[in-house]
Amino acid sequence: MKRAVGAFVTGLLFGAGLLLSGMTQPSKVNGFLDVAGRWDPSLMFVMVGGIATHFALYRWVTRRPSPLLEPRFMIPTRKDIDAKLILGAVLFGVGWGLGGFCPGPGLVAVTQGGNALAFVGAMMLGMRLHSLQAS
Amino acid sequence: MHPFIAALLGGALIGLSASLLLLLQGRIAGISGIIGGLLPPTPGDADWRVTFVGGLVVAGLVATFAAPEAFDSMPLRTVGVTAVAGLLVGYGTRLGNGCTSGHGICGLSRLSGRSLASVLTFMAAGGVTVFVVEHLLGGLR
Repeated sequence: MKRAVGAFVTGLLFGAGLLLSGMTQPSKVNGFLDVAGRWDPSLMFVMVGGIATHFALYRWVTRRPSPLLEPRFMIPTRKDIDAKLILGAVLFGVGWGLGGFCPGPGLVAVTQGGNALAFVGAMMLGMRLHSLQAS
Repeated sequence: MHPFIAALLGGALIGLSASLLLLLQGRIAGISGIIGGLLPPTPGDADWRVTFVGGLVVAGLVATFAAPEAFDSMPLRTVGVTAVAGLLVGYGTRLGNGCTSGHGICGLSRLSGRSLASVLTFMAAGGVTVFVVEHLLGGLR
């Protein structure tokens, strides 16, 4: 129960950040990625603010022996750069440029219907296809 | 508010949220991983994923009334093109183990080499795609 409530609050906060930052506007994402056109660099500052905050707090949090609600931290340890990592990033990047949505903003905008709803439905199908093919 | 400041503060909120999930559950706040873990769901591991996604959706629902300018009033592309984009994003983020949040914010904050490789790749792929769509294909609107 605590875990579910905590995750809800975390999701709300994450959504508020995406909304404030401009990430929920595909037109803005398009402007950010359109380096050869009327480039809008503002979304670069989302990464600056996000990384600065998490870089500091990550170090503070992981000094604890364990998280508050689970027995241990579950942090990725892989270091190899393989073909799946790169091919996946290429497909994601093409989709991001094509639609202007990445997963979080798509979910935040889903109640707007239209393109966001179509994006989220297709994204879930793509994820399911991957799990079917990987299993 | 200047868009640079809004983006910086929005980014800080995202970083704060990622840190809160780490503090509570010891997990990386990668959106594609969180939702991908529901397709299909694993018994005993679905509750927090569902409520996290619920938080994202409720934030958007509140903004519909409180801050409608946070959404585009005109669609960027056709619905069909956007659906193809969704398929690519869904499949690609699962194959590559993450998206803008897991690799971009969390991974780079941990100084992960895999995440740096992913971010440089998806930024470049996104840039090339927008170049082709906007400057060679007329925007697909």
